[in-house]
Amino acid sequence: MGGREANVVLLDENGIRSDGRKVNETRKVTIKAGVLKNANGSAYIEFGGNKILAGVFGPRDVHPKHMSNPDTGILRVRYHMEPFSVGERKKPAPSRREIEISKVIKEALEPAVMLENFPRTAVDVFLEVLQADGGTRCAALDAASVALADAGIPMKDMVCACAAGKAADALILDVNNEEDQAGQADMPIGYMPNLGKITLLQLDGVLTPDEYKKCIELGLEGCKQVYEIQKNALREKYFSSSDNS
Amino acid sequence: MTDISIIDKLKRSKILDLLQEGKRIDDRALDEPRPLVIDIGVIPHANGSARARLGDTEIVAGIKVQPDRPFPDMGEKGIFMCTAEILPLAHPSAETGPPQPDVIELARVVDRGIRESGMIDLSQMVLEKDKSVIGLFADSVVTDHDGNLFDTCSYAAVAAILTSKIPKWEIKDDAPVLVEDQESDTPITTIPISVTMGRIGEFIIVDPNLDEWECLDARITITTNSDGNIVALQKGGFDGFSLEQLVKCSELSISVGKKIRDVIKEATGVSK
Repeated sequence: MGGREANVVLLDENGIRSDGRKVNETRKVTIKAGVLKNANGSAYIEFGGNKILAGVFGPRDVHPKHMSNPDTGILRVRYHMEPFSVGERKKPAPSRREIEISKVIKEALEPAVMLENFPRTAVDVFLEVLQADGGTRCAALDAASVALADAGIPMKDMVCACAAGKAADALILDVNNEEDQAGQADMPIGYMPNLGKITLLQLDGVLTPDEYKKCIELGLEGCKQVYEIQKNALREKYFSSSDNS
Repeated sequence: MTDISIIDKLKRSKILDLLQEGKRIDDRALDEPRPLVIDIGVIPHANGSARARLGDTEIVAGIKVQPDRPFPDMGEKGIFMCTAEILPLAHPSAETGPPQPDVIELARVVDRGIRESGMIDLSQMVLEKDKSVIGLFADSVVTDHDGNLFDTCSYAAVAAILTSKIPKWEIKDDAPVLVEDQESDTPITTIPISVTMGRIGEFIIVDPNLDEWECLDARITITTNSDGNIVALQKGGFDGFSLEQLVKCSELSISVGKKIRDVIKEATGVSK
């Protein structure tokens, strides 16, 4: 990894990370379901310093028409970062990175959504990164999953996501921006907790075969923690004692 | 590949039937990649080049080396960049126009495997710190598409880089000036090898051909370095993997990758 800040202490002698976390601890995650009026489903997630909005539209007519499939509905995902979301201004047009992330998030959600009963329609998922702080694709996937559920799209399972990685020779859960820049490996994972399926998996950085397995297992622990928060977000909107109409 | 025709459904059931008997549609073993043929130096105008043929998939990679300005926060490192393109003559479905997401993913996965392995020692490619560095551009074009572009492209680019030479530049009056007839080997630290595996039903197959590719449930590309460590991953496709399947894939990527690395070492004459 091309980190220039070699002087950053990623892990101190007590095993505490630069932001005060233990190696197996995620950042604070809060999710709120149903935050937008116009979208059919929506969610807002704060994952550490990440602030991401997810909006879902559909099933609805497909434009352009040739994209429609007579056998099933289609899922479309756009992951996009605002120009002000990162340190140096990001050009507003979708970058190659954003196009790739849109694709991997779509492929992480596809195993969960059941669109066979909505032929010739599209479900559009829009993910807007208002502020980025490392691990945006996982946080965006977490929000997308809640927003799809909020939109009432039939799903086989939730998809929860969290990264694991390696910094200062230790395996760490939920890699933050600093650890991503100066660390040794970053492995985002997306997971369907009830079906036991890993639907998003990427890696930047070097791991031994043994670390590879342990890193996935550590990441799955984070995913399961996020899953509880996702469920709570939906519970809060749909089952809380106060009147929600 | 989005239109699921009746032919594709029939093909999938045929492929799945065969797998149940432990066979593949082209008679390979499940963990057997197609034969790899690497030709080097196919483009004399490039600073390094290779043609990789994996079965009937063919990709030509050319290296161009030229002075460039460093990235703002990377003044002590040279520049490395990978691109990929599916030429319209490669397949009837290939179209001209702006790159589609699958082609962008192809280039980024190949780039990531090479970059994250630290294959090229970019710190040796600096002419003047923060001002002028050497850029190495690995551009690959698909000339024939029979599936698994990820690995074919990666092998072509790696072989081209391994055999590439870096011309000499000197800084004169704040600008790099080419020194004629002097070049050096590209500084290589390791040989990254990607291995792409697909899952159809419960079966994991190595190096899917195009018929198999079109009916995969999910795929994963794992890149390993010469030490047998894992340096990059990319999962794709519209379904997932279990943890056990991912562990099996990592073992396959190491054992198959070792054999492929030997083929590339032999073809390029580089051993690292």
